[in-house]
Amino acid sequence: MQQPLLLFIGDLRGDSMHNIAPLNWRKFPERYLLKGNYCEVCKQAFFPPRPICPNCRRKGKLIQMEMPRQGKILSYTKVHVPPEGFKNEAPYYLAVIELENKAKVLSQIVDSEQEKIKIGAKVKKVFRQIGEPDKYGTITYGYKFKVIQ
Amino acid sequence: MVVIIGAGVTKFDEHWELSFRELILEAALKAIESSGLHGEKIEAIYGGCMASGRFIGQEHIGALIADQLGLNPIPSTRVEAACASGGVALRTAYLSIKSGAHDIVAVGGVEKMTELSTEGVSFALGGAGDQEIELFHGATFPSLYALLARAHMQDFGTTEEQMAAVAVKNHANAIFNPNAQFHRQIAIEDVMGSGYVAEPIKVLDCSPITDGAAALILCSNEKAEELGLKGVEIIASEQASDSLAITGRKSLTELKATRMAAQRAYQKTGLSPKDIDFAEVHDCFTIAEILAIEDLGFFEKGKGGIATEKGETSLKGKIPINPSGGLKGKGHPVGATGVAQAAEAYYQLMELAGERQVKKAKTCLTHNVGGSGATAIVTIYRRFKG
Repeated sequence: MQQPLLLFIGDLRGDSMHNIAPLNWRKFPERYLLKGNYCEVCKQAFFPPRPICPNCRRKGKLIQMEMPRQGKILSYTKVHVPPEGFKNEAPYYLAVIELENKAKVLSQIVDSEQEKIKIGAKVKKVFRQIGEPDKYGTITYGYKFKVIQ
Repeated sequence: MVVIIGAGVTKFDEHWELSFRELILEAALKAIESSGLHGEKIEAIYGGCMASGRFIGQEHIGALIADQLGLNPIPSTRVEAACASGGVALRTAYLSIKSGAHDIVAVGGVEKMTELSTEGVSFALGGAGDQEIELFHGATFPSLYALLARAHMQDFGTTEEQMAAVAVKNHANAIFNPNAQFHRQIAIEDVMGSGYVAEPIKVLDCSPITDGAAALILCSNEKAEELGLKGVEIIASEQASDSLAITGRKSLTELKATRMAAQRAYQKTGLSPKDIDFAEVHDCFTIAEILAIEDLGFFEKGKGGIATEKGETSLKGKIPINPSGGLKGKGHPVGATGVAQAAEAYYQLMELAGERQVKKAKTCLTHNVGGSGATAIVTIYRRFKG
């Protein structure tokens, strides 16, 4: 009975969350357009959009907002050991980016010269495929960033 | 108040010969035996376990533990808070006694990780992060801590050698812990040459994949006095939450949840960091120990790396950190870790810690983190005079 159990776990593992089509579909506004929101009371931008402003709670007034497409690198890492679904891309860069409105985004940095990827570097959003297609052939897209001069 | 009257820990290792249920049984029986009580005195069980569903396909761990121990029909509850599952299980048990609901409670923590490949383990642990905005983009746990490490290096000049010094110190301590996964001294050069996982984090900056379990028996003060039992008193147990993703936080160079939980624990006890004789902190990666010793107030922000390099956190230093070997040297069976830290507090304060005994230790702190800092739990202990 051990063998079927292990196969079952193997299946689950290959099926990580970003390969589920309905989830991707629901996330189109965030992942394609970088849509977040903004609290008009405390003037803070949120990405991804927050259902409740954590600063103002019920006094907050949240409105939808597309995030600026440029920002700067706050921290970065070069990933040498990738997770499932990213084997073909390794090694690759990941960064925490502070957008021009101070909201933060975690993203891959692509199409950039290695020596230009550093803290403080200016980056802009590009549209790319994220990871490899899953076993059902679902291809997912979203934002990545590249260093600009 | 609440007293730990018994503790039990399995050897932390790659236990190919032992199952999940055998591990938790061994730890629980050792804890019951060390308490001197009979199992039927236990009124409830709280078990910490992070990802048994992913690791071994088994959920419903609460019921499984009670059944395995032959303790049906007492209530048995699983607690999950990623790598802080054990710490939160301990706090839940502590609160159940403080509330007056129970007098004697068992706490367990367990994880069986080696049934999966390394990639499978990586996926299971990834569940502690934010699937939608971190893992989706190819983040792994080492890479999230790498982002924190790089920011710390930038702001405070922390070096890769200083991070390596955490691993070297914790391996040195683990040599004196018979239950530790590693009994092997390593040098700074070994860490530096161990290959990048996610820059600047290298293989030997990471805690290992481990099977293991830990258990405690908790008792109300009144009951402990009535039964004439000795032990270690929990004088504060505080927990705080933060955003699941690191991008939701103001600062990348601190874990605010740690700072908040510690602040409340110090307030409740009237103690300050100076009053703590030693601490077991959550060093899932070497940078995590540097962040912890700063956020817990043992060292000024930005000075944790240099303090470690100078030996101030070694077994004979100003404040010994992770005398057990920590997650790095002792091993990190995620759900068991928080409970194992409390077990170390018990062994040390009862002077049962052998060669790794911290001399004259009277007050101790443990610190358990879930994920990249979305949950933090700080517990303070002192000897119970009984």
